[in-house]
Amino acid sequence: MLVRMLPKLLLPVLALLLAGCETVVMSPSGDVAVQQRNLIVASTILMLLIIVPVIALTLFFAWRYRASNTDAPYDPEWNHSTALELVIWSAPLLIIIALGALTWIGTHTLDPYRPLDRIEAGRPLAPDAKTLKVQVVAMDWKWLFLYPDYGVASVNELAAPVDMPIQFQITASTVMNSFFIPALAGQIYAMPGMQTELNAVINRAGDFEGFSANYSGAGFSGMRFRFKALDAAGFDAWIAKARAEGGSLQREDYLQLEKPSERDPVRWYANVPADLYPAILNMCVEKTKMCMSEMMAIDANGGMGKEGLFNVSHLIYDQPRARGAHATIKGKDYVSALCPVPGAPAPSEHAARLAP
Amino acid sequence: MHEERSQLMQTLFGRLSLEAIPYHEPILLATFAVAALLGGSLFGYVTYQRKWGYLYREWFCSIDHKKIGIMYMVLGIVMLIRGFADAIMMRLQQAIAFGDAAGYLPPHHYDQIFTAHGVIMIFFVAMPLITGLMNYIVPLQIGARDVAFPFLNNFSFWMTSAGAALVMVSLFIGEFAKTGWLAYPPLSGVAYSPDVGVDYYIWSLQIAGVGTLLSGVNLLATIVKMRAPGMTLMKMPIFTWTALCTNVLIVAAFPVLTAVLVLLSLDRYVGTAFFTNDFGGNPMMYVNLIWIWGHPEVYILILPVFGVFSEVVSTFSRKRLFGYASMVYATVVITILSYLVWLHHFFTMGSGASVNSFFGITTMIISIPTGAKIFNWLFTMYRGRIQFEVPMLWTIGFMVTFVVGGMTGVLLAVPPADFVLHNSLFLIAHFHNVIIGGVVFGVFAGINFWFPKATGFKLDPFWGKTSFWFWFVGFWFAFMPLYVLGLMGVTRRLSHFDDPSLQIWFQIAAFGAVLILFGIVAFLVQIYVSIRDREKLRDHTGDPWGGRTLEWSTSSPPPDYNFAFTPVVREQDAWWDMKARGHQRPLQGYLPIHMPKSTGAGLLLAGLSAVCGFAFIWHIWWLVVASFVALIGSAIAHTFNYNRDFYIPADVVTRVENERTRLLAQQG
Repeated sequence: MLVRMLPKLLLPVLALLLAGCETVVMSPSGDVAVQQRNLIVASTILMLLIIVPVIALTLFFAWRYRASNTDAPYDPEWNHSTALELVIWSAPLLIIIALGALTWIGTHTLDPYRPLDRIEAGRPLAPDAKTLKVQVVAMDWKWLFLYPDYGVASVNELAAPVDMPIQFQITASTVMNSFFIPALAGQIYAMPGMQTELNAVINRAGDFEGFSANYSGAGFSGMRFRFKALDAAGFDAWIAKARAEGGSLQREDYLQLEKPSERDPVRWYANVPADLYPAILNMCVEKTKMCMSEMMAIDANGGMGKEGLFNVSHLIYDQPRARGAHATIKGKDYVSALCPVPGAPAPSEHAARLAP
Repeated sequence: MHEERSQLMQTLFGRLSLEAIPYHEPILLATFAVAALLGGSLFGYVTYQRKWGYLYREWFCSIDHKKIGIMYMVLGIVMLIRGFADAIMMRLQQAIAFGDAAGYLPPHHYDQIFTAHGVIMIFFVAMPLITGLMNYIVPLQIGARDVAFPFLNNFSFWMTSAGAALVMVSLFIGEFAKTGWLAYPPLSGVAYSPDVGVDYYIWSLQIAGVGTLLSGVNLLATIVKMRAPGMTLMKMPIFTWTALCTNVLIVAAFPVLTAVLVLLSLDRYVGTAFFTNDFGGNPMMYVNLIWIWGHPEVYILILPVFGVFSEVVSTFSRKRLFGYASMVYATVVITILSYLVWLHHFFTMGSGASVNSFFGITTMIISIPTGAKIFNWLFTMYRGRIQFEVPMLWTIGFMVTFVVGGMTGVLLAVPPADFVLHNSLFLIAHFHNVIIGGVVFGVFAGINFWFPKATGFKLDPFWGKTSFWFWFVGFWFAFMPLYVLGLMGVTRRLSHFDDPSLQIWFQIAAFGAVLILFGIVAFLVQIYVSIRDREKLRDHTGDPWGGRTLEWSTSSPPPDYNFAFTPVVREQDAWWDMKARGHQRPLQGYLPIHMPKSTGAGLLLAGLSAVCGFAFIWHIWWLVVASFVALIGSAIAHTFNYNRDFYIPADVVTRVENERTRLLAQQG
């Protein structure tokens, strides 16, 4: 009976597998994602070598040695077999050795920080090939893309030419997000005050979906953008359009844009200052703030002792960006009050002095 | 919205005001009404039956490991219902919130629900259930009369309950965290989560964490010091072995959680900058620390149920466990390796390829001992005489389900694969696959297996099988679609979708969740029916399944003192061996038995801790000071309580044992 039912039982499994194959992760359009897909398939097959027999044996043994089947041998004291123990430890071990090798190689070749050396399987990268640089900022709750080589920027829309390597530099404005375009390549976290990188290439023209893959608060569900993979002419037209129609993105404009908002329409910016992204990354878009890089340079030189505390108030970053109706951060005063610097003004006095 | 409050009100109530009560949320109001109705009727019933005194003396103050074990199980099951209510609300929201339809849960509510679901299911369902099983069974399996520190056991239970109570309070006063169950900063920092939600999170986990840690210390000391004579380490039952390893993990891992939550609360309360964006804080540090606790936590949950399955599979195959030694070594290897894999939870944070490969490969290595365990269960069934009682059904269901979860887990351990699957619904499907297919199935196997030991009657098999099949089929329906959705690039924690082609998969998943609901209802019916038909299901032998380990050698339920005479162990399956050698129960020569005395101190201390936590959450500083002083004062006062023990007189022991002799003789 079981055997006759088997095809019917397998049907949903097959449907599930077919549905799985058509998905964006299993049929992506960028070379990095394709290699990641291949790794998923290879690892799965390797593991099925052991999983399928185990499931089959479980069901078979359960049926064969059921209490009512008195024909089956019964050996209540049998509990050890060195040969069998060797097999049950070494079979998974062999598979893990194979998988481990695959992992080591795959992790190094698909390291997101590593510049690409091919466009696609069988198409190595030309030595003089141009790379598109894109700086990505995950904001509350939208995406800002800056094109440093073109001086333009866009919100919630990313464009790139087909078959040109793209180098993303990724950061965030307030909390952690994850930058993910499944059709293009795997994701990487976007973190405030820090920069991650991703190298990828898109091989087919199209309009793909990108989003944040790490929960970041109330507007998270709408934190999506379109990724347009265009031919060379199309990309040039896109840049030209951004230049023609783009608004201004000076520091004040950025501080406006940075305020929490949801499901923002696509926007373009022209004449984006080159120092904007470094300022975002170092959390010093407001000119009154000391940049993290400067503070780190001071610290790297041994710091400034107690006098360095003067710098503390220049580092307050989260307070103006805090969420919530009655968001106030008290307590920073406690920290500097613990170790007052002789002659330095109290923290609240700085704030007053720094105000325009 | 926020009017000026007088200085007096501010001092008296901190941030707490009537605004904190969610009148404007119909869902919460309805929940409150139902909870008040159920709670009220339960309160009324207990009052009507005049059982408060009995409950207080015999249960709340009890330091008997068996009663505490049962209370842990009750706590776990009550919280399972709460956690599952959250789950089915999420499934419903995700099945309907497409395109223009916003669904019925706005983000600020939905985000609390998924956070609460994760926190409750891990800390207040899975932990109490496995702690309950260990508490009940371990002393019996090793032939001990109680745990090493009986009062501490009662205190631990109440601390866990106090944590659970705070989470429940957050439903009706204020709100819970909207950060995800691990509350990553900077989102959980005071700048981006200024409200009380994260504070509820911190204090409920801190208070429950004290309970868990102390219970770990307790069981560890019990297993190391209190085994019956002759029970060397390599003769311990496998469940006790896995409990030993789990408690080693608890003792080593939970302090990390406590420390990281202390750092987060310092950031929130006094303005330090451990995990903030500014002042050189480093949120990545939090993520590392929380997973240094978090990954061992996964094994804390799964190891004891591996033990349950080992006991069940050999009992119902009527055969010795295959490969006892390799089972033990596999458990120990998993225990050690579980500390070397935490980074696989965030390959996407941008570590170098070598770091990612290292943690990926260590993760894969864990699958080798785990695979060996599966094979050991398989070859225990081989040439056995398998009885498909309910615990065995759960075990076979586990074996076919868990290997699939294990496979997807190893897949996620390949860093480049993780880059496309991380945080997706594929990941959600994976860990539910191992936690439901492993921990939940194992707990149900354990409940069905040991229930007759705890009560003296078996659980009704019909409703047990009904529950199993609903859970089993429901699980596959609820989570296979999530694997597919994960491959479609759908990420977790979304409360709304634009792409209509996804909807059918969410609807299938919601259908699966409904099946699981039936499974839970069938389990509750099973308990009810079994209590109703208890005389029919009664077992007088104390050994209804033909058990192998010492807990089956005593009566069901066991007497307060567990064993009139401490058993002497010669073989691995001690009770099986005693039966095989024609062991005769001694019928005379009973001595008075030294026992610890019940006390209300645990309940009092945990209650004060909960008040202190509540005061911290709402910034009611006078109450913080008052409850903290009271807490320390009561703890010190309790140390002067010298009236801690008593002797069960020999004639009481004789009477209890003679009654058992009579019942055994009746059985023939």
